[in-house]
Formats: sequence, structure tokens, C-alpha cells
Amino acid sequence: MESITILDNTELKHIEEVETVTIRFAGDSGDGMQLTGTQFTNTTAVVGNDISTLPDFPAEIRAPAGSLPGVSGFQLNFSNHDIRTPGDEPNVLVAMNPAALKVNLADLEPGGILITNTDAFNENNLKKAGYQTNPLEDGSLSGYRLFKLPISTLNRAALRDAVKLPPKDIDRCKNFWALGLMYWLYDRPLEPTQRWIQSKFKKPELQTANLTALKAGFAYAEAAEIFTTHYRVRRAAIAPGTYRNITGNEATALGFVAASVLANRPLFYASYPITPASDILHELSIHKNFGVKTFQAEDEIAAMCAAIGAAFTGHLGLTGTSGPGVALKSEAIGLAVMTELPVVVVDVQRGGPSTGLPTKTEQADLLQAMFGRNGECPVAVVAPATPGECFQMAVEAFRIATKHMLPVMYLSDGYLANGAEPWLLPAIDELPRFEVKLATERDGFNPYNRDPRTLARPWAVPGTPELEHRIGGIEKEDITGNVSYDPENHMHMVMTRAEKVARIAYDLPPIEIFGEREGRLLVIGWGSTYGAITSAVEEMQRSGKSVSSIHLRYLNPFQDDLGEILGRFDRVLVPELNMGQLAMLLRARYLVPAISLPKVKGKPFKISELTAKMNEIYED
Amino acid sequence: MSTDPNVPTNGGGSIPPVKLTRKDFVSDQEVRWCPGCGDYSILAQIQKVMPELGIKRENTVFVSGIGCSSRFPYYMNTYGFHSIHGRAPAIATGIKASNPELSVWVITGDGDALSIGGNHLIHMIRRNVDINIILFNNRIYGLTKGQYSPTSEFGKKTKSTPYGVIDYPLNPLSIALAAEATFVARSVDTFTSHLQMVVERAMHHKGVSFVEVYQNCNIFNDHAFDMFTERGVRDDAMIELNHGKALVFGKQQNRGIRIRNHDMHLEVVDLGNGISESDLITHDEKAPDSYLAYMLARMEYPDYPVPIGIFRDVNKSTYEDLLADQIKTATELKGPGNLEKLIRSGDTWVIE
Repeated sequence: MESITILDNTELKHIEEVETVTIRFAGDSGDGMQLTGTQFTNTTAVVGNDISTLPDFPAEIRAPAGSLPGVSGFQLNFSNHDIRTPGDEPNVLVAMNPAALKVNLADLEPGGILITNTDAFNENNLKKAGYQTNPLEDGSLSGYRLFKLPISTLNRAALRDAVKLPPKDIDRCKNFWALGLMYWLYDRPLEPTQRWIQSKFKKPELQTANLTALKAGFAYAEAAEIFTTHYRVRRAAIAPGTYRNITGNEATALGFVAASVLANRPLFYASYPITPASDILHELSIHKNFGVKTFQAEDEIAAMCAAIGAAFTGHLGLTGTSGPGVALKSEAIGLAVMTELPVVVVDVQRGGPSTGLPTKTEQADLLQAMFGRNGECPVAVVAPATPGECFQMAVEAFRIATKHMLPVMYLSDGYLANGAEPWLLPAIDELPRFEVKLATERDGFNPYNRDPRTLARPWAVPGTPELEHRIGGIEKEDITGNVSYDPENHMHMVMTRAEKVARIAYDLPPIEIFGEREGRLLVIGWGSTYGAITSAVEEMQRSGKSVSSIHLRYLNPFQDDLGEILGRFDRVLVPELNMGQLAMLLRARYLVPAISLPKVKGKPFKISELTAKMNEIYED
Repeated sequence: MSTDPNVPTNGGGSIPPVKLTRKDFVSDQEVRWCPGCGDYSILAQIQKVMPELGIKRENTVFVSGIGCSSRFPYYMNTYGFHSIHGRAPAIATGIKASNPELSVWVITGDGDALSIGGNHLIHMIRRNVDINIILFNNRIYGLTKGQYSPTSEFGKKTKSTPYGVIDYPLNPLSIALAAEATFVARSVDTFTSHLQMVVERAMHHKGVSFVEVYQNCNIFNDHAFDMFTERGVRDDAMIELNHGKALVFGKQQNRGIRIRNHDMHLEVVDLGNGISESDLITHDEKAPDSYLAYMLARMEYPDYPVPIGIFRDVNKSTYEDLLADQIKTATELKGPGNLEKLIRSGDTWVIE
């Protein structure tokens, strides 16, 4: 494969070193912006930058071309040092049409680079985006470094002689042209994307077209006298080891496969398609050679029930969904609580209520996970903090479920699910094995015998002679498992089910504190807000302020030392992508005047939003 | 799996017959149905048939939803799961798909299966999971004390319909056939030997088996089926389906069912006067299409004799076998799962 060498025809052009860059690609949902962003991400990861991404796409598959609701965006932040968020404000915006400009311009930093496809700024598209005059011509963009490029025309010119394809197919390659241009601008190699194109497009004509577009964009940026500078972001000094780029949904799926290997029990995944959780089903359905059985159920309820059925036969019973699906599964989750079977329920949270914002992120299902069932119905709740961490929390979810014989809710969200980061591959032989024991001993067997430490009941599966027993949703007498309406027994069983969850805390690690052990302000987060909170706290610490943070991976039960840590700080701030759900739990449990910082805009926190609130409280 | 048709393949594989008796399948739980309920007979017939089938107690799972019939698993000394309303088919699918060696039974009622659980029922049937469904149809909600069900007759006065039911009833067999059930049968709670035969056939069928049992609720819908099941009227008001036999019925065996040529309707005819058995429909439970079974399922009292027996019994690959095949093929193709390889899939890079 021929590769393009960066010869500096560019005595005129110089390379400038920068530390961190945030780019946002934006275009029509049919323009391939998610693909462009993903390719830039993968290449950037391979060259050794730290990276964090935020895909932002509409729920409509193809809203009308050129319309505001049809705009799809992909933001990525890459750096020569450790970063944790996709960046507050893009330094560069690539706008493929007027609607993309309209939707995204407000986020671009003052003086930022704005690359536009002038071909798309025709009367029709300007009207659809609600522009009275062409912003490229009316001076309204004078505060930015505006680059007006006829991308469609340049792409057509490059491909005209290279391939025989209809104009429509040629125009489809323009995202690769733009990507090529951006690769030059940020000094990235073309090879990873070239390899991808070669493996992705089987038709030689399409392969050539996309490769040509990519190279043409690169060559144009290099040759044309438009860009005087291109930028280099050096490798990040990150922990040594082997890395790959991974999204939260991928890591979640791989983590559950790992859980199956580590527990030596087969995995059964039952799910109904729902955004943003479906990718877990897609990924797990590939890995049948691990004995993974995937079942696309007729609805959310059936998916939960099938997972329970599989758990009854000794499988790792797993279901995955988003908030609306959890609502449907609630009754069956209660059945799993009652029958004390080890199932894990993945909730990739999205904006709610009801259908809400299907493709946007939110953390508003915490209280649903905690309490959204009839009766006194506690489950364990865990939440990974980063895309990569989804892997180990998936393993942890099943370790808890099988050891304690109860359902575990695993709270991911849209941002973790689709966001990507470089993932340091774990050493497989250092992962915790948790061999699960099925009951076989018939002497003294009872379906609700209790392990004295965990109170877990035995996992006695059909096929085991002499352990035949019946379970179900009606209250059972402890030990024997017989149907019981006895008042004392019911209270005893309600308390036992609660105590089982509480005792999970016995094995949990102490909470890690980021910063000083005590001080003025403690910031508490959970889930995908980890990156933004940690970065914001770091900024506060750098300016000499007494601010620390903790990030909870265990939401039910809390770790034992949480109450004591809360007591060592003057103020407690809880930023969440909801209206204060964790704050409510903390106030109820520990009687602390936790201050909530809510945000429900379908977008993650910006670091600046967090530091502003921290400063306000700090000075208060 | 055994290819011997005499050995049950439904969950039992080629397990040698075990000498068990009816008593082995009776659990230590006190049966709590109303005295006189049709459920007692169904329970007794299933407990009687189980030892004949040669499967082991420990390999048998009864799954139910909610309703009077759904108490059934507690009374069987096998594995059992008394789940939530309407969801037994989904739980049973999880059980069978995850462990195809088990003999899995769903015990359900007309409300449980056809109202709240209708969706799960049709999808379990269309997937052809090798599960035996026994639907106790008493055309009433018993456990909630007497509201109409999806099979209650139009106009029926019940607790929730003092002015009469204005919903049109469902025909359970039509639903099963529309969902492409590979085994469809009907029997009656009090027809003990017929019921045993049907249960046994359902058990032997590899694939989903759907059995409707007319079951009398002597508290809220007593005598619901008497008009055709009573000893005095039965022979003229019911017809027993037998594979390869003409559709003949009547005390004197002098009546039959034939297809009216000009409009494809079924008609009841008297034999004699130029009409012989060869003019009647010959029952074919193995027919690859389900037209005949569907027409028979639509025969309702009083216009037609009510059919009982096996409507359909055809072969099709089961869901759990197809799933196992995919796992086998994937494993042959990619080799057994290797975690190290798995996490390294995709582009990786090394930081020194």
C-alpha cells in the first residue's frame, strides 16, 4: 500500500506543538459523521494520544436532509497527557452543512477553527437551517478562523477519473475527503483508516473511491495555500502496556463473557432491542464460541423472564436494556428477588421519562434501580465510571450475584455506552476467578437453607437428583421454601432479603479518595460523570483549594466507610445527570446536607460547569 | 438424541426408563384447589402418565404463571417454578434454551396464556421450543373470583360484566395454529384415558406441544362444557380425531364431516343415502400445512361436534437445537473461546 509521506512542500507551512485538541465533526445524519469520528478516534488512539469521545446523534435514522433535527455530531478530545472528558469546547468544528453549523456553532471556542463545506451552503439548505443570509458571507463568523472549502466539488474532482461510480456514490465519499484533510491538519497517519477501508468495502470500486477521497483530502490540505499551520499532539505519557480503543458497550459485553469464563458458568443473554443498549446484544451474539447463548426476546418482560429461567438452570442469567425496558421488567426483577436467583440487569440509561431522549445520556434511573418495584424489593446496584471500567464492573456484577444469590442492577449510560477511550488490557490470569458452586448434597438440603455469612441460598439446578424443589413469587417459608402466609415469616423474609444486600458490603474495597482525606469540600459522583468531576476537582486542587472527590461504583449497598468520609468534610457536593437522586439517598441515609448539582440536558457535564459550582460553594 | 420413536426425546434424550410410580410424582404439599375442581383430574392424569414416559423427576420442570391452574407445580415432585402472571412461556423458554436436556412443561390457564401472556405464548410457539404447554381452559377467571376471560362466551354475565360480555372470545387452538404450532391437541378434564393419551403424545412430540384441556370450574363457571361433554350427549356432540381415519361420529357412528365443494365449508352429513365414509374428510395430523387443522379447530358447539384429539403433529427443528448448532459451528470455526484473544480483537498498540 502506497502511503503518503509528509514532505514539507511546506517550507511555508510549519508544525505547531499543541497539548490538547478538541474536534467536533458535524453534518447530516446521512453524512457519515459517526464513522468519520470513529476513524479519527482509532487513528488517534493508535498514535498514542489519550482520547475521550462523545458521539451525539439524533434518534431519527435519517431525518430530512439538511434539517436541524437531522444533525449528527461526534466530538473527540485528544491529548499528550491524561484526559478524562471529551472536552468542554471544541477548538475545531467541521460543519458539513448550514444546519450542522447552526446547531454546533455556539459550542465552538472563540477564535476556533471552523471548516465548512461551502457546496452545501445553498439557498435551500440555508433556508432549512433558518438562515436569512449566508453566514459564510455575511461576516457573522468573523470571530472564528473560517475555512471555506467546496468539499463536495473537490471530492468529485478527485474521484471523477479514479472510479466509475454514480455521482451519488461519489458524493458519499466526501466524509473521507474531510477526514483526510483533518489527518493532515493534525498530523495523523492514513494507514489505520486505509486498512479499515480495505477490510470494510468488498467492492473494489468503492474501496478505491474511499481511499482516493481520503488521500485527496490529505493532499489538498498539504498543497493548497489555505492552511499555514498544522498541529502535532505528541504521544501521551500513559501507563505502559497494551491498549485498544473501546466503547462502554463493547467493554460491557466483553466483561460479561469474561465473567462467564471466570465463574466457569455459561452465559445466557436475553434482550429486546433498545437504544442505547442494543450493541451489547450485537457484540455478545458474536461470541457463541464461548458458549454464550443470546436470545432476542419478544419483549422486555420476556427477556427478563428468560434470563431468570436460565439462572434457574445454573447459567449466568443476563438481560440488558435502557430505562423504559427496566420499567417493563420490574415485576420480573421482583420475582428474581423473591426466588433469590443470580441475574444481572444492565440499564444503559438514556434521557427520560417515557421515550424521552433515546440517544442522549442521563443518570435518572438510579431511584428506579433502587426502588422501582412493588413491595420491599432490594437489589444490588453497581455502576462503572468509564468505558474501560465497564469490563471489570460486569465481572463484579456477576461475582456479587452468584456469591449472594440475588439480582444485580448494572447502571451504564448513553455516554459510557457510545463513548470511547484507550483501554489498558487487563492481564487475564490476574482477573479474579470466582468458581461458583452448585448444590449437589442431598443430606439436609432445603431450597432456602442459608449460608451463615452471606445468607445466600443454595443454587440447586434442575437435573440434580433428589434436590427437586419448587420456587416462585409467592412468599416462601425460610429454609423449607414452602408457600407461607405467616406474618412473622414474611417480616423475617423481608428483612433477610434486605440483609443479604447489606452484607455485600463485607467484601467491598474501601473507597478511594481523590485528594486529601479531609477538608473543605467533598465532591461525590457516580457513573459516567467520573471524568468531568475528577478533572474539575484536579483544577480546583491545582489552584490550592481544599477539594477532594470520591466516585461510587457501589450504590447499593454503599461501602462501609462512606458515612465516615462524609463526616470529614465541611461541605458535600453531588453533581449528577438527574435532579439529585444520589444526593437524596445520601441525605436519607447519612443525614448530611449534601448539595445537589443537577443537569438534565442529555449531555455530560462540562468541567467548567463543575468548577463554577465548586467555587461558588467553596467561597460560600 | 435418540431416533427411536418409542423413546421420548423431549428432554429425556435416550435416558433408560426408570421404574417410578405415580406416587413418586406426588409432592408433599397439600393440594389447595376447590373440592370438585377439574384441576384435580388433570393433575392425576399427568402424575399417572409421567412414570410411563420414563423420564426422571430431576430432569423435569413444571413452570406456571398465575391463576388457579398455576398452583400445579407445587403438587408435582419435580423441579417447579410458579412465576408471575402470563410469563411462564418466557421463563420456560429460558430454561429449555439454556438446558435442552430438561423436560419442560408450562401449566397455564385461559387468562394467563391468552390475555396477559398472549405475546409470550405466540412467540414461544413460533420458535418451536420443545416445551409442553397444557392450557386449562375454564372460560372464567377463578382466582380473582369470577370475571370473564378471553375465552368466555359473548354475552356471558359475570362479576365484571353484569350486562353481558361484549368482547368476542378467542379460540386457543386457532391462536396456536396461527403461530405455527407443530403439535396441537385438545382434551377434557374428565376424559381420563383420552387426556392421558394426549399428554403422552404431547410429551413424545419433539417441538412445542400445545394442549387445550376443557376444565370445569365448579365455583364460577360450573357445567361450562356439559352441553357436549355429558355422557348422554357426548357421542353426538363431540368427535374424536384419529390420524388416517374418516371423521365419523355419533352414537351409531352414522354421521360425519365433509368439505362442501362450492364454498369450502365443513358440513355435517348423515352417512347412507349415497354418502359413504369415502366422502368424508380423512384426518391427517401430519399435513405439512395447517389448513385442515385450522378448519377443525373452528368447529364449535352447537353447529358442529366439538373435536378432541390431535389436530396437528409435524416435525420442525427446535429453537434449542438450532441454538446449540450455532454454538457448535461457531466453536468449530473459531475454536473454543479464548479470553486473551477476545480482549485483543481490534487494533491494539503498546505503550512502552
